[in-house]
Amino acid sequence: MSTPTRRRIPLRFFVGFGLVALLIAGLVSYLASPSPDGLDSVVRDGCTEAGDQLTGECIAQNADEHALEEGPLAGYTVGGDEGLSGVSGVIGVLATLLVAGGLFWLLRPRRGRDPGSG
Amino acid sequence: MSTTPLAMHMSDGIVNAPTSAAFGLIAAAGLGVALVRARAQLDERTAPMAGLVAAFVFAVQMVNFPVLPGVSGHLLGGALAALLVGPWLGALCVGIVLVVQALLFADGGLTALGTNITNMALIGTAVGFGTAVVLRRIATRSRSGLIGVAFVSAFVNTVVASCGFVLQYAIGGAGGASLATVAVSIITVHVLIGIGEGVITALTVGAVSSARPDLVYFLQTAPSPVPRAAAPAPASRSTS
Repeated sequence: MSTPTRRRIPLRFFVGFGLVALLIAGLVSYLASPSPDGLDSVVRDGCTEAGDQLTGECIAQNADEHALEEGPLAGYTVGGDEGLSGVSGVIGVLATLLVAGGLFWLLRPRRGRDPGSG
Repeated sequence: MSTTPLAMHMSDGIVNAPTSAAFGLIAAAGLGVALVRARAQLDERTAPMAGLVAAFVFAVQMVNFPVLPGVSGHLLGGALAALLVGPWLGALCVGIVLVVQALLFADGGLTALGTNITNMALIGTAVGFGTAVVLRRIATRSRSGLIGVAFVSAFVNTVVASCGFVLQYAIGGAGGASLATVAVSIITVHVLIGIGEGVITALTVGAVSSARPDLVYFLQTAPSPVPRAAAPAPASRSTS
């Protein structure tokens, strides 16, 4: 038995959900606290940051530079410009949607010839 | 130097190479199992929904909120994703977010991907969803019950995920800080972050469940038919 109402794609909800994500990444993200997060602050315990250098003694001194530090969007910037973090975020939302949504779409099992799926 | 202000996840070098490699294998195995289990659930509705949940988690993770002077926190997203799309798809959503962040945004080291995925995508999602299942009776009783359970699940998800880092540091952590000091500091700060995670998750699950309860995996798998009865007819909603 097919239940067409339940299978209909809720397009309006999906568009709204996507717009909310874009809004958060593109605009709300500018309100984010610039302080290091919980993990980052604990691994920096014991160090003080002067410019780009950590002085003192802390776990974070063992951290290696990111292999992709020179990437165009590295650090949620666009080419190092922190003022464009919203643009970077929008690209990230779209990239995540494309990768995750695309992967899930391709992985979904095809249910033979289902006349109700058109 | 790993001093980029917007770095949110574990960098390379914080735990040694063998530990990173071991957790890389755990992460790969966990996501592999999730992939197999999630497949049966994927269709024309759940595939785009899960893609949107991943995108949403990415977006919300950018919004660090203050928890202490000079310290912030951000959503991990495991409980949120699991409540909306189920634990298997939820783990994949958070895993994909972490991969995108590491590859495109240089956030979270490449060799640390295994540890980050294990903590946030596997442990956080599993523990968060498990908590919700234990509390299912409360969640299906009323709307506020569901919102409360979303809060608690997300809180537990954050705190237990942070214990994953403590475990990894205990096994192969770099630096001289004592395990006890690291454990206390990490867990204390993640109790505070967990409150924020709980609020965000409760708001999100609450909003989705009032708009489209049929799209909330946790409600659809509930044995009680109560939440389904609360579904509004989508056609009656006004257009913007």
